[in-house]
Amino acid sequence: MTTAVKAQLAVAALMFAAAPWVIDAAPYEATMGLVYKIYFFHMPSAWMFLIAAIVAGVASARFLFTKRQASDATAVAAAELAVVFGLLALVTGPLWARKAWGVWWVWDPRLTSSLLVFLIFVAYLLLRQFGGPGSDKLSAGLALFGMANVPFVYVSVNYWRTMHPKTSVVPTLPVSMGIPLWYCVFAFLLLFLALLSMRAALERQRMRLDALYLSHDED
Amino acid sequence: MRHFRLFFLLALLFVPAPAGAQPPTPSPDEFQPISEVPPGEQIPAMNLVGAAYGFVWLALVGYVWSLGRRLQKTETDLARLERKGP
Repeated sequence: MTTAVKAQLAVAALMFAAAPWVIDAAPYEATMGLVYKIYFFHMPSAWMFLIAAIVAGVASARFLFTKRQASDATAVAAAELAVVFGLLALVTGPLWARKAWGVWWVWDPRLTSSLLVFLIFVAYLLLRQFGGPGSDKLSAGLALFGMANVPFVYVSVNYWRTMHPKTSVVPTLPVSMGIPLWYCVFAFLLLFLALLSMRAALERQRMRLDALYLSHDED
Repeated sequence: MRHFRLFFLLALLFVPAPAGAQPPTPSPDEFQPISEVPPGEQIPAMNLVGAAYGFVWLALVGYVWSLGRRLQKTETDLARLERKGP
């Protein structure tokens, strides 16, 4: 782990430790009251989920065109992070919805398409784990498909009738709610970048390890 | 007699069901006091917020820990194989 990654992790940990006080300072929302404060962790998780899906798709495209192992390692790292942050968004969302909408889940375009992208990246990881030779190229295609769904997930709330808040909520937030939100987004982004570096380093080490095992077997 | 039986059967269709047969459902135009909501339907917001933040914290700490362990294991394996030489 490099010093830069350690510094990123340390800053992110400090920001996460101070987050409860920053979020507590935000006022209650008029109709939802306290429960809307789940938003401050739900939305950054969802953004990191979509960013991870885009990184996995771009790195997979680079891997397919250039055959560079480093791109493949980045794609694996981003796909795993898409599953981690996707899980956070898909768990915190229903906890918020139960109070705000009266139900845990509705099959509306935003929720369904998010679940679909999450399942695509779960399939990606399963394919990498159990797919055998050639699964790297097949999973790269899967990551491209996952990335292609991201714009649909993002704009779905604006084009279909849904109970989910629209994308216009973020730019219209008052300062007292916007500061905690951007604070959390920055903390999640720092953590995401640190985890992406760590996970990609792990994948590169695994590739070196596989190559070493192969060379030992040949001897 | 036959007409009377037909009239009786038709009349049964329009008899309202007993009040206790179905739970009263509030009309969309009425407000329902929170005290009338069944206890199973009431979830305090604090529990949901606590569960959401607790889950995020636990999941992230667990993931960082698992990543650290996997990194350490591959580093040890790499060092062992490199010591062994080709």
